[in-house]
Amino acid sequence: MPKLFARGSSQPGWLLPVVVIAVFLLSGLPLARLLYAGMRFTLEGKTTGLFAEPATWAAIRNTLTTSVGGMVISVLLGAAFAFVVTLTDFRGKGFFSFAFVLPMMIPPQVTALAWVQMSGPASPLLKTLGIAPPLGSPQPLYSLGGIALLLGVQHAPLVFLALKGGLASLPRDSVEAARLAGASPLRVFRDIILPLAVPSLIAGAAIAFVSGVGNFGIPAILGIPASIFVLPTLIYSRLSSFGAGTFAEMAQLSMVIAMIAGLGLTVQQWVLKGRDYRIIGLSGKNAAFSLGPARILTEVTFCLVLLLVLVAPLAALIASSLVPAYGVPLNFQTMSLEAYREILFRQSVTATAFANSLFLAGTTACGLLSITVLTAYLLARRPGKLANIIAGLIEIPYALPGIVLAVAFILLLAAPLPLLNVSIYGTIWIILIAYFSSFFAVSLKPVASAFLQVDPSLEEAARLSGAGFLRRMRDILIPLVAPAAGASVVLVFLIACSELTVSALLWTAGTQTLGVAIFNLDDSGSSDLASALSVVVVVMVILLMLVLELLAKRLPKGVLPWRN
Amino acid sequence: MAQLILNHLSKDFGTGTPAVSDVSLRVREGGFLALLGPSGCGKTTVLRMIAGFEQPTDGSIVLGERTLADGSGSLPPEKRNMAMVFQSYALWPHMTVAENVGYPLKVRGVTGSAWESRVRDALGVVRLADFATRRPADLSGGQRQRVALARCLVSSPDVVLLDEPLANLDRHLKAAMEETFREFHARSGATMIYVTHDQSEAMALATDIAVMSEGRLMQVASPEEIYARPQGRIVGGLIGQGDILDLALGDQRSRSVPWQAIEASLRQAAGPSRPLLVRPEHVVADPHGILFKVNSCVFEGERFSLSLRTAGGQGLKAYSGTAVPPGTLQPFVIRQGWLL
Repeated sequence: MPKLFARGSSQPGWLLPVVVIAVFLLSGLPLARLLYAGMRFTLEGKTTGLFAEPATWAAIRNTLTTSVGGMVISVLLGAAFAFVVTLTDFRGKGFFSFAFVLPMMIPPQVTALAWVQMSGPASPLLKTLGIAPPLGSPQPLYSLGGIALLLGVQHAPLVFLALKGGLASLPRDSVEAARLAGASPLRVFRDIILPLAVPSLIAGAAIAFVSGVGNFGIPAILGIPASIFVLPTLIYSRLSSFGAGTFAEMAQLSMVIAMIAGLGLTVQQWVLKGRDYRIIGLSGKNAAFSLGPARILTEVTFCLVLLLVLVAPLAALIASSLVPAYGVPLNFQTMSLEAYREILFRQSVTATAFANSLFLAGTTACGLLSITVLTAYLLARRPGKLANIIAGLIEIPYALPGIVLAVAFILLLAAPLPLLNVSIYGTIWIILIAYFSSFFAVSLKPVASAFLQVDPSLEEAARLSGAGFLRRMRDILIPLVAPAAGASVVLVFLIACSELTVSALLWTAGTQTLGVAIFNLDDSGSSDLASALSVVVVVMVILLMLVLELLAKRLPKGVLPWRN
Repeated sequence: MAQLILNHLSKDFGTGTPAVSDVSLRVREGGFLALLGPSGCGKTTVLRMIAGFEQPTDGSIVLGERTLADGSGSLPPEKRNMAMVFQSYALWPHMTVAENVGYPLKVRGVTGSAWESRVRDALGVVRLADFATRRPADLSGGQRQRVALARCLVSSPDVVLLDEPLANLDRHLKAAMEETFREFHARSGATMIYVTHDQSEAMALATDIAVMSEGRLMQVASPEEIYARPQGRIVGGLIGQGDILDLALGDQRSRSVPWQAIEASLRQAAGPSRPLLVRPEHVVADPHGILFKVNSCVFEGERFSLSLRTAGGQGLKAYSGTAVPPGTLQPFVIRQGWLL
């Protein structure tokens, strides 16, 4: 009897080891290295130096102040928007949702730059309108309040999306039952909707807080000129002034950031305890309250808010990219495209930044896809404990503040690689590896949910047709998950292209990214060039988002971060 | 093509109770076996082990000279030369009808005009030749079913597996598809294994029926045999209409019990009781019979269905050409019963 047996499952034997090794190298190893460093420095008693410095404590205090302040603003803005958009007969919901979520996708340093250009004495926008404060008066945003405000604007979409998702599952019949029981709309909101929405509200608030703790772009642009440091910018300034000799401090500061972020999530878990309301009933159509005459008022208010938080900063950004020099008002005589010519064709620094960012983003997006397709297949076909561990390990580097991840990779790769004996620290490859690690989760999510939607019998039919693993991957599975794979590539590209936090710590001359270039141009006083580069980045972001919008119909639910 | 043998086949998913335990059966070459049982009885697991999607924990599967699976491992599905009609049809939405049907050939390296003519033939058999360039999404449920069937036909498999293929179709389509399956079986000569929970489907299609319950094989026999001579309470209760009466029958010469013996046991209710299967068509109104109480009378179109109660309180069914008002006491004769 011929026997050609394998311990047969649908996956070939090499699949699990390949995925485990990839996840270990991209997630497990850097995290373990960071933990090890933090523990070792603490145990060896090197802590005293750092935690005796008042600057450290000031940074911790600033981090807490700005993140909590930002969280409050995010919750107010995001919740108001979410309640109105999901519960009322408000018009233009699709447009408003897209516009409101846009700030989340714009890189934070660009947001900060735009707001600086909108306010303050040198604002071309205010100058053009003739309402600018006199030159020499302070820029109001260079303050803790300014940082908190911008963190609030940047992360309000996170609260909005969390709450919108929660409210979408709120069944219409529970609202109707309350109405029939005699409750007025306001009463229904207070007694039914608000209690049911609290868990998603808390979850959104926690995400906003954690994102605020890890944000680098906003406090870098707004805080550094005024010597206000938060933990991420403190790490950055230490690395740039003392070089890689400050490993101990960097590791410890990263641990503090990770601890504060972890504390936020713990508080969230604690508050959410006992609030697990399973929604019973059909969650079909959403409840719709009629706003009546207040509708037009609400719509106008929302337009004004959008004008302030989105349109005006972007207009200011465009305006300052068109003025020839700092402080000049913008009109038809002074308007020039010189800054664009400069950044696109003349400056070698920005040309390099474009090349680096496009290379990094393109390689990350496409390279990761080949790993995520295999990982997503494995997770879908082999659920269980091991799959949960793999999924969790992939999630951590994304959830971790970018600055912490960057420190982990510096610690891991500063020494020469074993066997090869070359160091990739200071080359573009360390940024690439950190991007692979950081965006693994972003790349995985669309593909994983697409694989979960594929009926397993489609693959089984192909197996019975005689197709081996690679064959059915090529002929059956990849065509079926293609839209999600496309979304994954565009999404990673979109985020990686304008990334700042990770590359801010890892770049050196010649390996600067677009995010770093914007930051450096602004730092050196070329706000017109920084603005022009920012405008190009924003246009790129919006175009890529629109591409994804076109794909949206063919994607599984929840793949696009700004839709649910 | 060859005989398919399941040898003490067992499958335990680690849930405490085995999904399939100790199933042994032989499907003769070219046979059409229906695996019949209530949902959760393990019939689908048996089918998936034959296909190679699940591995037996114990026992073996042998097709002719080849061992497909045993305790040490199993041949992957892609090497088994089998085909399957899935409950969900499992048509690939990104391929046309012809590409779906021709995929097993494509994998086997058949291309060009040979591919085209074989796909055309297969589609011709299921009368879908005009639909070759359509996508599965544009077809009706019955048409999709036929595409799935054509995909099984095209590669001349040794064994064709069908997993509740008619479960999602309405009644008229079911009848038409049953006819198609019968034709398909006659034409392909493949061994077919058909999983269903619908006994009328199994009766109408199969040459052999295997009844399963709680992971065990209860009986394997031809449809006529299994209807006339079911083994045990479970098969008796599952196959066909009928009621099980517990009667003090004493020793009988054969398992087919005549009216005299039944009448005697109904009149004297002493002694150890034995289960007797009574088919409604054998319960007829007769002035010389025993009085049963008519509990309800339901019109079923071609006749009335009566629900009766014996003096001892046991229920049974009968058919009647005329309506009988509930509550009536009427004499009936049970022409024969089958000792389980």
